[in-house]
Amino acid sequence: MSDNEAQQPAILAGLIAVIRRDLLLSWKRPGDVLNPLFFFAMVCTLFPLAVGPGATQLMFIGPGVLWVAALLATLLSLNSLFVSDFEDGSLEQLLVSPQPLPVLVLGKTIAHWLCSGVPLVLVSPLLAATYRMPTGVIGVMMLTLTLGTVCLSLLGSIGAALTVGLNRGTALLSLLILPLAMPVLLLGANTVSLAADNEMYSTGIWALGAYAVAALSLSPYATAAALRISNE
Amino acid sequence: MTDCWSAAIERKALTAKLSADDLTLIRGERCLFQGLGFALNPGELLLLRGQNGSGKTSLMRAIAGLLSLESGEILWGGEPVLQQRQLFHGSLVWLAHSSGLKADLTLVENLEFERALRPQSVHEPEHVFERLGIERLKGLPVRFLSAGQQRRVAFARMLLADVPLWLLDEPFTNLDQDGRELVIELTEEHLASGGLCVMSAHQDVDIAATIKTVSL
Amino acid sequence: MWTFFHRLASPPHIYRLAAIFAPWLLFPGLVLVAYGTYGGVFVAPTDYQQGDAFRIIYVHVPAAYLSMMAYMIMAVGGGIGLIWRIKLAHTVGAAAAPLGAAFTLLALLTGSIWGRPMWGTWWEWGDPRLTSELILLFLYFGYMALRAAIDDTLKADKACAVLALVGVVNVVIVHYSVEWWSSLHQGQTLLRKGGPAMDPAMLYPLLAMILGFTLIFGALLLRRVRTEVLYRERRTRWVREMIMAGQGGK
Repeated sequence: MSDNEAQQPAILAGLIAVIRRDLLLSWKRPGDVLNPLFFFAMVCTLFPLAVGPGATQLMFIGPGVLWVAALLATLLSLNSLFVSDFEDGSLEQLLVSPQPLPVLVLGKTIAHWLCSGVPLVLVSPLLAATYRMPTGVIGVMMLTLTLGTVCLSLLGSIGAALTVGLNRGTALLSLLILPLAMPVLLLGANTVSLAADNEMYSTGIWALGAYAVAALSLSPYATAAALRISNE
Repeated sequence: MTDCWSAAIERKALTAKLSADDLTLIRGERCLFQGLGFALNPGELLLLRGQNGSGKTSLMRAIAGLLSLESGEILWGGEPVLQQRQLFHGSLVWLAHSSGLKADLTLVENLEFERALRPQSVHEPEHVFERLGIERLKGLPVRFLSAGQQRRVAFARMLLADVPLWLLDEPFTNLDQDGRELVIELTEEHLASGGLCVMSAHQDVDIAATIKTVSL
Repeated sequence: MWTFFHRLASPPHIYRLAAIFAPWLLFPGLVLVAYGTYGGVFVAPTDYQQGDAFRIIYVHVPAAYLSMMAYMIMAVGGGIGLIWRIKLAHTVGAAAAPLGAAFTLLALLTGSIWGRPMWGTWWEWGDPRLTSELILLFLYFGYMALRAAIDDTLKADKACAVLALVGVVNVVIVHYSVEWWSSLHQGQTLLRKGGPAMDPAMLYPLLAMILGFTLIFGALLLRRVRTEVLYRERRTRWVREMIMAGQGGK
C-alpha cells in the first residue's frame, strides 16, 4: 500500500477543516472582515473629493481607482493572515500537523479570499455606480476583481508568511507585495478601462485567469516554505 | 483508506525509536549544543534539563522538525524525519509554551479542528474532557480560561490523538498541584502503554519510568 | 566530489580566492570600458535619427542588462542555497542585491536622461522598458528590506531566497504585462535597442562596454562577497587569527 494513496481523503478533510475554522473565527470577529471593506469604500470616496465631481473625469478614473483601492484593502487584510495564529501558537501546531502544509496554507488563503476578496467584489458595484460606470462595464469589473483578488490573496500569503513574526507591520509587507502585485493591477484596471471604451478586453481576462491558475498551483508551496523559514 | 494510514502509523509505532546523533544547533550567533546524541526506546522518557535559555526549547523544536540543524539528524524508526515528515508528524503531538488554541473558539470547536487534522484520533472529545476534569469548561471560549486551565486544555490534544510520541515543553508551567499530578499520571500511562515522551523541565520530575537525561 | 565542493566553498578559501580573482576581472574590465568609451564617444558615427543623444546607450544598455543579471544571480543563488544548503550561494545572493539595485538605478537614470531629448520629458510612463525597470528596482528594495528586517542571518538568507525566486517568476510577468499595457496606450518604444543592423563602429564599442561592465560587476561582486564572508564569519577563529596576524587589510 502506498502512503500517498491512503492520505487522499484526509487531505481534503484538512483543507476543509482549516477553511471552516478560519471562517468561524471571522464570524466571531466581524471587524477583521469589515474594516478592510470600509477602507475600500473610503479610499473610493477620497478621489471624487480630491479630483472633483465631474462625470467624465470620474468615468475616466473609475476603473483605476476601484482597482487601486481593492489592492490596498486586500493588502491591509493580508497583514493579519498568519499573525494571530503565530501569536497563539496554533501556527506551530499546523506546522507539526500530519497534513501537508501547502494544503493547510491553501485552506487559509481560500478562507482569506472568502472573507476579503468576495465582500470587495460584492460591494464594488455600488461604488462603481457612483463613478458613473455603465452596467456592462460593472460586470467586467466584478469579473476582473474576482480573478484579481484570488491572485492577490495567493501572492499576499507568500509575503505574509515571510514577514510573520517580524513585527514590522504593514510597511514591510507592502514593500514586498506591491511590486509583485503590479501586473495584477495593471491587467485588471486596464481591462476594465478597455471595456469602458468599448474595445476588445478579453486578453486581460484570460491573462488574469492564467495568472490566477499559476498562482493557485505555485504559491501554496512558496508560502509553506516561507512559513517554515519564518518559524525557525 | 484512513484505516490504512493509521495501520501504517501503528506499524511504525511498534518499531518506533527516536534517536539522534551528533546534533549541532546554532541560533543567531550562539552555538546552543554540539555533538549531542540520544536514543529513546518505547516506554522511555527523555528528560531535557537545563537553565532558561540553555536550548531546551530549541532542541525540542528541532526534534519536532521546526528548526533546521547545523549538523546531525533526528531519526524516527531509524529513518531521518525530514524524509518522512508527514508520517513523523502523524506520530507526535507537541505541547509548546503557547497553547495553540484559538482564544475566540470554544474548547469543543478547537478540538473538532484538531480531530479533523488527525484522522487517526480515536478518542471522543467527551471522554477526553472527563479525563482532564474540564467538562464544565467545554462550551466556553478559550479566552475565558485561566492560564492553568488553558494548560490543562492543551493536554486534551495529547489524549485526543493516539500517537506514540509526546513532546512536552515545560508541561508543568502554571499548573497547580492537582494539575501536576494529573500530568505525571497521564505521562506514566502513556509510557506504560509503550509510548515515548520527550519532556523539558527545570525542576525534578517524579515519574515512574525509565528516564534518560540530557543536560544542556 | 562533494567534499571537494564543500572545501572549495569554505569561507576562508573563498575569502582568499575572491581576492586573487578580483583584479583579473577588474583590469580587463577597465580596459574594455576605456575602449568602449573612446569608441562610443569619438569613433561611432552620429545616429541619423537621434543625433548624439543615442550615445548614452553605451552606459544604459550594459546597466540594464546587469540589473537583470544581478537579479538572476540572487534567485539562482537562493535556489542553490535552499536546495543544497550551500551557504556560499546565499552569501553571493546577498552580495549581489545592492549591486543590482545600483545598476537598476543607473539604467533608470540614463534612460531618463536619454528620454529628455527624445520625448521632451524626463519620465515617460508609456515606455515599457523604463516601467519594468522601475518595478525591478522596487523588487530589489523589497529584497533588501526583508534582509534588513531579519536579525538572524541564516533565516534572512532562506527568506530572501524564497522572495527572490518568487520575484524572478514575476519579472517575466511584469515584462509582458507592461509591454501589453504600453501597447494599449501609446505604443512608442523609442528606446529601441540596436539590432544587428547597427553600424560596426557603433556595435563594437557597445559589445566592449557590455563585456567590460560585466567584468567590473564580477570584480565588485567578489569584493562584496569578501566583505560579506568576513562579516558573517566575524566570530570565527580564522578571521580572528587573520586580523591578529595583521593581514586584515588585504
